[in-house]
Amino acid sequence: MAGTGTALGASVERREGRLKVTGTARYAAEHPLPGRAQAWPVPAAVARGRVTLVDASAALRLPGVLAVLTHENAPRIAEPEDAALAVLQNPQVPHRGWFVALVVAESLEEARAGAQAVRVEYAAEDFDVTVRPGHPDGYEPETVNGGYPGRREHGHPDSAFGEAPVRVDVTVRVPPLHNHPMEPHTSTARWDGDRLTVYTSSQGGTEVRRTLAALFELPAEQITVVAEHVGGGFGSKGTPRPDVVLATMAAKVTGRPVTVALARRYLPAAVGHRAPTLQRLRLGAGPDGRLTALSHEATTHTSRITEFVEQAAVPSRVMYAAPNSLTTHQVVPLDVPSPSWMRAPGECPGMYALESAVDELASELGMDPVELRVRNEPDREPDTGKPFSSRHVVECLREGARRFGWERRDPRPRSRSEGPLLVGTGVAAATYPVLVWPSTAEARALPDGTFVVRVNATDIGTGARTVLTQIAADALGVPLERVHTEVGNSDLPAASLAGGSSGTASWGWPVHRACTRLAARLAEHAGPPPGKGLSARADTAGEADAESSYARHAFGAHFAEGTVDTVTGEVRVRRLLGVFAAGRILNARTARSQFVGGMTMGLGMALTEGSTLDPAFGDFVERDLASYHVPAHADVPAIEAHWIEESDGHLNPMGSKGIGEIGIVGTAAAIGNAVHHATGVRFRELPLTPDRVLGALAG
Amino acid sequence: MVSDTHDGTAQAAGTAPPAGHRSETTLRVNGKPHTLVVDHRRVLLDVLREDLDLTGAKKGCDHGQCGACTVLVDGRRVNSCLLLAVALDGCEVTTVEGLAGDGEELHPLQQAFLDRDAFQCGYCTPGQLCSAVGALAEAAAGHPSHVTDPAAPSGRPVALDAAEIRERLSGNLCRCGAYPHIVQAVEDVAR
Amino acid sequence: MKSFGYVRAGTVEEAAEAFAAHPGARYLAGGTNLVDLMKLGVERPAVLVDVGRLPLDTMEELPDGSLRVGATVRNSDLAAHPLARDRYPALSQALLAGASGQLRNAATTAGNLLQRTRCPYFQDLSKPCNKREPGSGCGALMGVHRDHAVLGWSEQCLATHPSDMAVALAALDARVELHGAQGSRSLPVAEFHRLPGEHPERDTEIRPGELITSVVLPAATAELPSAYRKARDRASYAFALASVAAVLRVAEGRVAEVGIAFGALAHRPWRATRAEEALRGGPATAEAFREAVELELAAARPLRDNAYKVPLARNIAVDVLTRLAAPAPA
Repeated sequence: MAGTGTALGASVERREGRLKVTGTARYAAEHPLPGRAQAWPVPAAVARGRVTLVDASAALRLPGVLAVLTHENAPRIAEPEDAALAVLQNPQVPHRGWFVALVVAESLEEARAGAQAVRVEYAAEDFDVTVRPGHPDGYEPETVNGGYPGRREHGHPDSAFGEAPVRVDVTVRVPPLHNHPMEPHTSTARWDGDRLTVYTSSQGGTEVRRTLAALFELPAEQITVVAEHVGGGFGSKGTPRPDVVLATMAAKVTGRPVTVALARRYLPAAVGHRAPTLQRLRLGAGPDGRLTALSHEATTHTSRITEFVEQAAVPSRVMYAAPNSLTTHQVVPLDVPSPSWMRAPGECPGMYALESAVDELASELGMDPVELRVRNEPDREPDTGKPFSSRHVVECLREGARRFGWERRDPRPRSRSEGPLLVGTGVAAATYPVLVWPSTAEARALPDGTFVVRVNATDIGTGARTVLTQIAADALGVPLERVHTEVGNSDLPAASLAGGSSGTASWGWPVHRACTRLAARLAEHAGPPPGKGLSARADTAGEADAESSYARHAFGAHFAEGTVDTVTGEVRVRRLLGVFAAGRILNARTARSQFVGGMTMGLGMALTEGSTLDPAFGDFVERDLASYHVPAHADVPAIEAHWIEESDGHLNPMGSKGIGEIGIVGTAAAIGNAVHHATGVRFRELPLTPDRVLGALAG
Repeated sequence: MVSDTHDGTAQAAGTAPPAGHRSETTLRVNGKPHTLVVDHRRVLLDVLREDLDLTGAKKGCDHGQCGACTVLVDGRRVNSCLLLAVALDGCEVTTVEGLAGDGEELHPLQQAFLDRDAFQCGYCTPGQLCSAVGALAEAAAGHPSHVTDPAAPSGRPVALDAAEIRERLSGNLCRCGAYPHIVQAVEDVAR
Repeated sequence: MKSFGYVRAGTVEEAAEAFAAHPGARYLAGGTNLVDLMKLGVERPAVLVDVGRLPLDTMEELPDGSLRVGATVRNSDLAAHPLARDRYPALSQALLAGASGQLRNAATTAGNLLQRTRCPYFQDLSKPCNKREPGSGCGALMGVHRDHAVLGWSEQCLATHPSDMAVALAALDARVELHGAQGSRSLPVAEFHRLPGEHPERDTEIRPGELITSVVLPAATAELPSAYRKARDRASYAFALASVAAVLRVAEGRVAEVGIAFGALAHRPWRATRAEEALRGGPATAEAFREAVELELAAARPLRDNAYKVPLARNIAVDVLTRLAAPAPA
């Protein structure tokens, strides 16, 4: 980047790329600390009940074992906001896999052997882990995840549906899903007197620091949280998890730095999951395809200790114009691990349901599914009546159709085959809200002509470090090479977490402002900056979080081509193409990777990923990566991601919308619709594995 | 596991009765010899990460189900999480840290990964790279894959198209979904 | 994982002696499954006898044209070997359909045969499993059994054998050669693995201390077509939902030679002897294949979650046999 004012929008290589390809980027378990011990938790072996005995004597006799923490001897912590962090505080077992002890030892092997030697006895109780509509414990929550109201109703959805000439009434099921970032949740804690340093695999160090300060009743200034490189999160590292609490406790008890690296098979019970949803969609339309009624009723589960409601019906408040509408949620507390965020909570499963139902309606109407969507395009946000700050979903659909070759499609189901393979194509739209939170940043000009930007952003693989540097370089009017951006440390100016596709907007805003201010100060300052340099800070509180009079969302359209093997029922995707309208794209290279990555995870949701709550034992059956199938290389074709340049002045100084989640939204529906087109069969339960598909083909 | 921090009897493998739970083992890692007394339970991955501070090889699953720990042992790609270090006495190990030469220049695959943005969080990346190095060598040596035409002649090098690369790298999971870019990067080098 | 002793054997005899000398010993070769299970606490050896460097890593063609594959030949080397590819394509294909490149580079012929079920209840010490702990019950029967057996299971155990390679070996009439305290013996691969019956803790007919020294494939030529097909949840790096290996020689439109084995349907590779008998000497048509395979699968007893395996197995078997029967394209 030689020039100035040109860094934004360019295809800039990742700043930390060289560290990552040479294996020298250090993650949470990889900071060499003298005397570091390792800890291994013991998961509960009952689904509900109480620990009656923890016998650690055998474990303590093993070589290398330093301590065994249990609810009887672990340090007391203040009551956390997230009840899932209240580990080793009482004998209650709210779900199978809840940690009931922690073994600290000199080495990994000794810690694991110690954990296997701890004997735990329980008073087990009857449990229930199966969500179903009409469950006696189900209720309609006031609010759902994201703070949205649980229920919204406009007009008379029931009667309008009853009177509609064309109707679709379907129920779809999305199973529990697991985030499974490649780096398991890991924390290393070290106490130096009253100072605590934590290296943790987290999407937001500021929040980790706030939480630890509250739990351990410590001034936040005495805590440093380092999360310089984070091996993915996809929501599961958005909030602190038990590993960081356990590591902090163990370090306090042993006086040693301690690492807790959770075993992969412990993650499903310990770090949140996408809750299963049963969603009933009722669409009523006139013969012209215009919706007269839209009802979206979602049933989901939560744990006994937290209320987390996957907001699956919420996207139906955004997408289509329907004068009569109902969007509601029912949640059933069960003896299950606490669900939480997984990439595009709400929109992802909700849009699978809505966009599948819209496709069914198109079939009922004999109308092209792209045209049906265009016909129901709202001029304002249907639920709030607010104008959209920008909305180019129609453009995405049209551009995608053009690039995909949609017009050559024979709309008749089961109209195309190649030997034993049935071939089909499908489309779905996508939406994800624009979220932004207050953050602070500092920019400093150094005497040598370089600049340091400091902000406690977290780069979980999004390219945050890189795009923030681009924002800074442009605001300062200097080449990229002269800007160094520091992220991933809570000693830096506080910033919001990497979640809700909010990072670039939330962090870029104060970075932009601090750099703009610094540039102004430099312009007034004669000569080079003094010894310590010149600096400027910015804080977007009260501004970034101000209520907008606009409805702000990113949109997209997905097109998929898939094959269904009539011999095996195996479904494979041949082509996946997405077009997105997500504001200004600030780095084409890293943005493309994010879109493609989201689409890949959506492919997994459609075809390979699914988890089962075991009715006999109460935990997830698929707890490892051999049984929970995230897509492998061979599942993923060349994926195309394109975007429409949007100019939206109602967002932030960069004009950007988030891009981390919109890619997954709609992908599964597009693939499911392609499978219907291929087979003529509507599959309303994911994933589309041979056990589901083969039988229906014959039938 | 260095011997002076633990009790137990060090012994030469195979020469004495296995009374102890530790043994001396010698590995050449990225060209440098290391003699260690290891807990028999210690796998190569943990020797690299905990004893040698070579943290490039990653622990994603610890059970051979993700490929993040892939390294080359005697030139072949393997899951270092499933190999007991004591059993590797005398072996040559190459990790991601050893792919590039001594200078600044990266291995062509590392450069291709940078050029193609073939990673995001970076956690699977060292494994993908070592796996790709191994896969290229296997194809050159005539090893077929699940997608190689069964009628292809035995013993001849296999040309790597995208489908071959996808199949051969399927033992390396990537949750960020960098697969299409990884395949492009490997194609660049395979050409 | 509890601590264990380690001894490396230089010869087969040394290995057997070391095993006999140490109660609780287990043989270690590639370790891809044993180390995995040791980490889970499922396997708890007192001593590991390392047989990974025994001089059993070669393949040789015997005077009668049969092929001896050493016990420690790596799966990837076996799959790539020209003799395996040209004469026993089902074997090469089965190996390549299994696991990953990395695992195939470490896993051995013998270890592949001796790998244990991937049943999640077997792998979880907190749950009942008669295979792991006789008398404790079958977690899969009570819980979720989508991936479990439809043939030959007992109330004691629903586990399936996970190997792809063993399925091909069973269809190809391969034999396992063993060495133990009572000398050497050999068994057909198809009889090496057991059905669970009352003793699911015993996967195979191997005796304590016995070591697999090699696998011998009967003489074959490129004119004996064979193939392997596997259906799975993801396109690669996944265990089979169902698989089939078949060998078929057709002469004048009639079945002259046939071997069929199914994978992922039972506690062992399931040699489809009834189907073979029905086919032998009869017409090599898709209808005949379907009838014969259905006859075999009539014995299936699917449970709540795994009924799909029966039509899946039928379809892939008919497909493979039909393709093998088709004259090779010019």
